[in-house]
Amino acid sequence: MKTKESTFVGFIKALPKNIFSGLVVSLIALPLGLGLAMASEAPPIAGVITAIVGGILVSILGGSFVTISGPGNGLVGVVLIAITTLGLTATYAAIICSGILLVILGFLRLGKLADYFPSSAIQGMLAAIGLIILGKQFHIMLGNKIVQDSGIDYLLEIPNTLVTVANFQDEGLIYAAVAGVMSLAIMVFYSKVRNKYLQLIPAPMWIVIVSVGFSYYYELVLKLPNPISGDYMIPAIPNIQEIVTDIPSPNFEMVGTLSFWSSVIALTLIASIESLLSIKAVDKLDVFKRRSNVNKDIKALGLATVVSGFLGGLNVVTVIARSSVNVNNGGSNRSSNLFHALFLVVFIVLFSTELTRIPLSALMAILVYTGYKLASPNIVRQIFTIGKEQLIIFFATLFVTLKVGLISGIVAGLIATFIIHVVITRSVSLFVKNILKPNVLMFKEEDGSYFLSVKHFCSFLNFNILKNSLEAIPEQNDVIIDFSLCGFVDHSVMESVHDYQELFHKKGGNIGVIGLDILGTKSEHPFALRRLLPLQKIIPDNKTKRQNSLELVASDFELSYSAEKTTKSGFLEDFIYFKTKKIKHLFNQLSVKKGPYRLFDITYSEGEFIAKEVVRSTMLYIKTSKDIPVFTLDREGLLERFYALAGYKDIAIDNHTDFSKRFYLRGENSKGIKTLFTDELVRFFESNAYYHIESSKDGVLIYSKERVASIKEIKALLDFGIRLNAIINKV
Amino acid sequence: MSAIAYKTIGIGVTFSPNLEANINEAARLALFFEAKLVLIHVGEPSDKKSNTFLSFLNPFESEGLEFEVIFQSGDPVDVILTSTVEKNIDLLIIGALKKENFLKYYLGSIARKITRKANCSVLLLINPSKERAPCNHIVVNGLKDPKTEETVTTAFFVGHKLGAKKITVVEEVDQDEVSVKVDDDKSLRRSTIVKERLRLREETRVKKILKTIPADYTEDIVIKSQPIFGKRGYSIGHYAQVARADLLVMNAPAKMTFWDRLFPHDIEHILTELPTDVLIVQ
Repeated sequence: MKTKESTFVGFIKALPKNIFSGLVVSLIALPLGLGLAMASEAPPIAGVITAIVGGILVSILGGSFVTISGPGNGLVGVVLIAITTLGLTATYAAIICSGILLVILGFLRLGKLADYFPSSAIQGMLAAIGLIILGKQFHIMLGNKIVQDSGIDYLLEIPNTLVTVANFQDEGLIYAAVAGVMSLAIMVFYSKVRNKYLQLIPAPMWIVIVSVGFSYYYELVLKLPNPISGDYMIPAIPNIQEIVTDIPSPNFEMVGTLSFWSSVIALTLIASIESLLSIKAVDKLDVFKRRSNVNKDIKALGLATVVSGFLGGLNVVTVIARSSVNVNNGGSNRSSNLFHALFLVVFIVLFSTELTRIPLSALMAILVYTGYKLASPNIVRQIFTIGKEQLIIFFATLFVTLKVGLISGIVAGLIATFIIHVVITRSVSLFVKNILKPNVLMFKEEDGSYFLSVKHFCSFLNFNILKNSLEAIPEQNDVIIDFSLCGFVDHSVMESVHDYQELFHKKGGNIGVIGLDILGTKSEHPFALRRLLPLQKIIPDNKTKRQNSLELVASDFELSYSAEKTTKSGFLEDFIYFKTKKIKHLFNQLSVKKGPYRLFDITYSEGEFIAKEVVRSTMLYIKTSKDIPVFTLDREGLLERFYALAGYKDIAIDNHTDFSKRFYLRGENSKGIKTLFTDELVRFFESNAYYHIESSKDGVLIYSKERVASIKEIKALLDFGIRLNAIINKV
Repeated sequence: MSAIAYKTIGIGVTFSPNLEANINEAARLALFFEAKLVLIHVGEPSDKKSNTFLSFLNPFESEGLEFEVIFQSGDPVDVILTSTVEKNIDLLIIGALKKENFLKYYLGSIARKITRKANCSVLLLINPSKERAPCNHIVVNGLKDPKTEETVTTAFFVGHKLGAKKITVVEEVDQDEVSVKVDDDKSLRRSTIVKERLRLREETRVKKILKTIPADYTEDIVIKSQPIFGKRGYSIGHYAQVARADLLVMNAPAKMTFWDRLFPHDIEHILTELPTDVLIVQ
């Protein structure tokens, strides 16, 4: 158990990193906040107010660790409808009421509302929200503002808009459209370019910087007015005094009407679902593997929503993209959320007038991209691979949401799911008779592992029982879930169980699933064969040229080559580099049984949602024959000096000032590292090509670039690794 | 601890395909327990019926089975219940029905009523067979209840008589007793500690009970104690099923009110989904 003092010291030590991370997050939060608010037809500043209130209150009262709170994209659709039907001031009242409902949900421990909905229905709903955002903002992005009745109409108008844009005569509109398209290009291609200077600033902020720079270029260099039509610029942002004096007063007159409460319920539902999904996803990225207190977080989000509503802001939710940016930039506790809010205050105080230089079309490009990501064809493809019936649920939810509304959409999804379950099992009574039964038995076996047996059926209807049992098990333990007495297990459960498997695996435990057949089993035998969750395995039939060359390289170095994709990446988990990244799979492996070398192509992702970047890279792993201290070694650059300011320390090796100047070496155990870095090793690094080198306790990971290496590079990498290993073994 | 003995065993018999199996099981048990067997038939007596019963009982008579056949018409529930009182029956055997196509068993409505109202111990058989199926593993509840001591002793008595190899005493800890709700790492740690403490408490309690059991009952039997966290009465049945027990021994319920049946708990759960043979000790 840590003492209070040491946690305080740890907090202070982590503070510079959190301030830095808060800054980076605020860079993405500012344009997103403005854009999300405008997409909801609220005043742009409302989004920033939401982020500020959320950041301050949730960081103080919340129960999660590395999440960022602010205006959410899922809520755009709901707020939009609320504002069009109720008007702005009544919407503030609805937001306040939904905040109160969220607090109540938190106290009733119902924060995990999203667990009661089938996952395909949630996906469908989110895709519908994505299409609503995309459909509406697409036209503004191209400088063709139109007004339609429903989300579908906006989507159907897209071809017309394309035709209109192609025939634009007005120069102001053409410039607006160009700004929009270029911004969209920045959003799309940003993640494809791996450059550490470029990546320091998030894509949305690049859009802001470029467009503000463009505006200044016209004003100061060309001495001309901004060519983009005034209609497509962000309307005046009030300065801080105006914000304080012009706080809108919420209008509670409609509190007796049905439309008011349906808005309140939709806001609450979406806020809690979006927050929960984000918290769940971000917990997986947490370097310290902490467990978030969801109910405490929901209470804090609810309270923040109430305050935000009174101050003229929107619903405060936990947001996935910004949270993942936070994790990737070293945010380690809630203070980064607070600093993100404080930096936003600074921006508004100092630059509120500069923000009007941003073209509206550029800002909406960010939202179009967000909408696309929510409804991307990838999601449909993924659902299709799970099963055709999931696609029915997905589209039922999607269409009803678009055509009727959010609540009807999710209800349609629920009903569709239930009907499909009944059709598949050909039995209503299985569900009706057993729904209230406590169908999960948990006990500890003699060897200390937990055994969970699930009876009757396990679907979204009663998953909470299994979930509660799983939550009550410390993640370091071995768990066996036995579904052999179950007549039916649905996709939502399978997916959640898989999530738990990942979580347990990360914390050193293990969940084994037994007694499971894809179609469910009717066998009553409790010791049926152990069966793992299905993994998609794609084996390429014909090898590429590179793969053939790899085979040759393998035989040169007396290694064996395997092209197969594998998810066995446990040996990489101890490396600091992968703490905040999700490894998808390894492929094209060159290794030898029980040998120290392992060269592979790896696919991993960094960040979530619109901040997600999928990276393919080639790396060499060497298992060292003895334990070595944990260190990372990089080429020293401008960025590393900047990192040093943010609390990352560079270890200097005595008598090698040149090495210390050129390389950036860090690690906890500086004494151990100094003994490892002998003259010979230092000279080896000085005289060879630069690689990023990282060590875990008994392994070294070497790679040069965050992309797949060529055959020549692979040969050099292998040669470097073999010589390095020889020197390390000598120390 | 008074010595446990089943002196008179009763069974209600009707002419169903299971008749022979039911009678065989009952007769075998009577022989094991050295008890008298009473066959209760609800209906008018006739020679044909008597002959059928006798033909089934004949093989056992040679082994020294003492038996009696009662014919009485009336409401089945009343007839069987009054007969148990009149004849001093201390163990009543009831056969369960099997759901079509499913390996699931349930009690008919009459059997259920009798089980609820009977004043003697009741043995519910899910799978009566003509041949003897060995009884290897007995699961018995170790609830914190004044009746538990007798129930556990009975389980050992039965296990001893039937040659069981293993007896598991299951302590059901109600989820409500774990007062800590799990929200985050801290509360998880606390709840794990609370659970561990409850587990130890339950284990010592069971050990105390086990000490009172006559030594010759526990001979050659492996004893295991297993705490489970779950819904009382329901989870033990689930456990018996998972552990592939051959017999589940349980306390008789304290009292049944209308509400107990509407919101089933304890024994009612077991009656709706019989996991295995169940002995309810009165």
